[in-house]
Amino acid sequence: MRKTRSKTLAAVACAGVLALASACGTSSGGSDGGTKADADQGGFTAPDVPMQESIGDPEGQVNILAWPGYAEDGSTDKSIDWVTPFEKESGCQANVKYFDTSDQAVQLMKTGEYDVVSASGDATLRLIAGGDVAPVNTDLLTNYADIAPFLKDQKFNSVDGQMYGVPHGWGANLLMYNKDVVKPAPTSWGAVFDDASTYAGKVTAYDSPIYIADAALYLMATQPDLGIEDPYALDQDQLAAAVDLLKAQKGNVSEYWSNYLKEVAAFKSGDSVIGTTWQVIASTIGDSVAAVLPEEGSTGWSDTWMISSEAKNPNCGYLWMDYITSPEAQAQVAEYFGEAPANTKACDLTTDTSFCDTYHAEDSDFASQIHYWTTPISQCLDGRTDTECTDYGDWTTAWTEIKG
Amino acid sequence: MLDRRPGLRVGLLLTPPMLWLGVAYLGALAALLVTSLWTQDDFTGNIERIWTLDNFRQLFTVDVYRTITLRTIGIAALVTVVDAVLAFPIALYMAKVASPRTQRLLVIAVLTPLWASYLVKAYAWRGMLSADGPIAWIANPFGLDTPGYGLPAVIITLSYLWLPYMILPVYAGLERVPDSLLEASSDLGGGSWTTIRRVVLPMAFPALVAGSIFTFSLSLGDYITVQIVGGTSQLLGNVVYDNQGAANNLPFAAAVATVPIVVMVVYLALARRVGALEDL
Repeated sequence: MRKTRSKTLAAVACAGVLALASACGTSSGGSDGGTKADADQGGFTAPDVPMQESIGDPEGQVNILAWPGYAEDGSTDKSIDWVTPFEKESGCQANVKYFDTSDQAVQLMKTGEYDVVSASGDATLRLIAGGDVAPVNTDLLTNYADIAPFLKDQKFNSVDGQMYGVPHGWGANLLMYNKDVVKPAPTSWGAVFDDASTYAGKVTAYDSPIYIADAALYLMATQPDLGIEDPYALDQDQLAAAVDLLKAQKGNVSEYWSNYLKEVAAFKSGDSVIGTTWQVIASTIGDSVAAVLPEEGSTGWSDTWMISSEAKNPNCGYLWMDYITSPEAQAQVAEYFGEAPANTKACDLTTDTSFCDTYHAEDSDFASQIHYWTTPISQCLDGRTDTECTDYGDWTTAWTEIKG
Repeated sequence: MLDRRPGLRVGLLLTPPMLWLGVAYLGALAALLVTSLWTQDDFTGNIERIWTLDNFRQLFTVDVYRTITLRTIGIAALVTVVDAVLAFPIALYMAKVASPRTQRLLVIAVLTPLWASYLVKAYAWRGMLSADGPIAWIANPFGLDTPGYGLPAVIITLSYLWLPYMILPVYAGLERVPDSLLEASSDLGGGSWTTIRRVVLPMAFPALVAGSIFTFSLSLGDYITVQIVGGTSQLLGNVVYDNQGAANNLPFAAAVATVPIVVMVVYLALARRVGALEDL
């Protein structure tokens, strides 16, 4: 009896290992593709992934992984629709999935089920290093020439002069508040940090380790002694200071949000009255709230459309990347989402003629003042060489500790 | 041939379900345990198949995970107690007092909430507990307020969700208590309370434990209710979800997932000792 039992156990264990090995086979491809390398490119070399040479016949569909609001097909609001014209024009049916956080985007791209993704700067390098995305042949994209030059060949979207995507748009994370409750109107991130107790139990914050950078940005302005130069380059002490600030904030937080609809619901019901947001959320809620760019500046995003290295519909993927960066589509996305379009030709097509001025779309100086989401790595991004910085793994652990 | 070989017949009949149990069910668990011994590249998120106990070391040495584990067990225990206290009188009434017709109606009433989706019920409680919800509306005139989103809200919602799973086994257990015993107790001078305390409760105890297996294990693994009404708090399920769904750290998520497995194995072993498993 004893013998048979141990045999059965061994068989079960083997079956388990086998099932797992095949399940993981796809996701771990390219893990040996390099981690440490030269400093200029954020500390890694990209694995060798072939680039597409031409656009063939459309496959009939494309699987799009996007930030909420980036691929609207009229289902949220009938007048907000730039996906349907694409489908008619290209013959590719667009299957859109929205994600909540960059971590989720990286995770979903590893499944190989999506052809294109709108990745922020805190996801792009991880996707490139993981071999999950392919270099983009910008010669195949008719609209690439019109993209603002200061968005091309950046550290977060290219490696050694090779673009890994096409820039989509950029903007700042804003401070949103309920106009009836929060008076006077806040002008500083202090409203959700040092003064958060004024609205105890009604404060909200973004539920992702990358939110630590918001606290670091505030400390950068209020506690110069800490010597923070870049909110994504924190050494142990600086991270600890940011964690303390966020732990103190937690006592006043009603709930964290990562799904944008959750924040919309919480502000509508009055369960949250102040906290970090995106313009699109404030626009969805309507007139009861206002969203401002605080005096300390802000963290923000610069997004890039990337194509999967395992894309099943690469031709439709390229057609989508070209379409979504066309002036017409860019004007609609930018106005709906509330961000600066990457294609500056879109500025002539927005319904609000001063839109691009408001969002400083053509102002590279302004763009350089936003601290774009970037993946923290152990090599300090601010150029310090005398110390080791905390990496994203440390931030993830810290975020769990903050939430307790 | 099958007629003459009963052994073969039984074997053929049992092979598919046993395969299912062995490969799909236990295999998945084994795969989970194997994964927990691997590690992950923090930057690219790719799984690296290097054998290590680091995940478990982190789980046991970082304070926050111990806090979360204890909080999760505490909540599961509280939900179980609340459900037991609520379920016992209802089940007692159903089994011993109500007429057969009322009994049937009550069973249907207890089962009705199970027809609605789990998510709808959790969101219903989100609405109830909201700052502009019914609870605040009723409580405000008395100078009180809604408990808001947080651990009390989680306990309320989970108790509501799992109550039927407690009532049904207790009801079944109480039905098996013979009426003659209750009569004998009263003949010997025992009042209602004494009868319940000294006759009914001891006999219903295994049924209560059987029900508690459901409420405890379901609460232990829950993470959706916490996300909907839990405010800033997190339970073990959220740590698993965040590590797998967000941080993409499947090995660590697997390590965390072994905690509820161990807790449940201990719980079931204790339940077996009071004979509750026969009441399931």
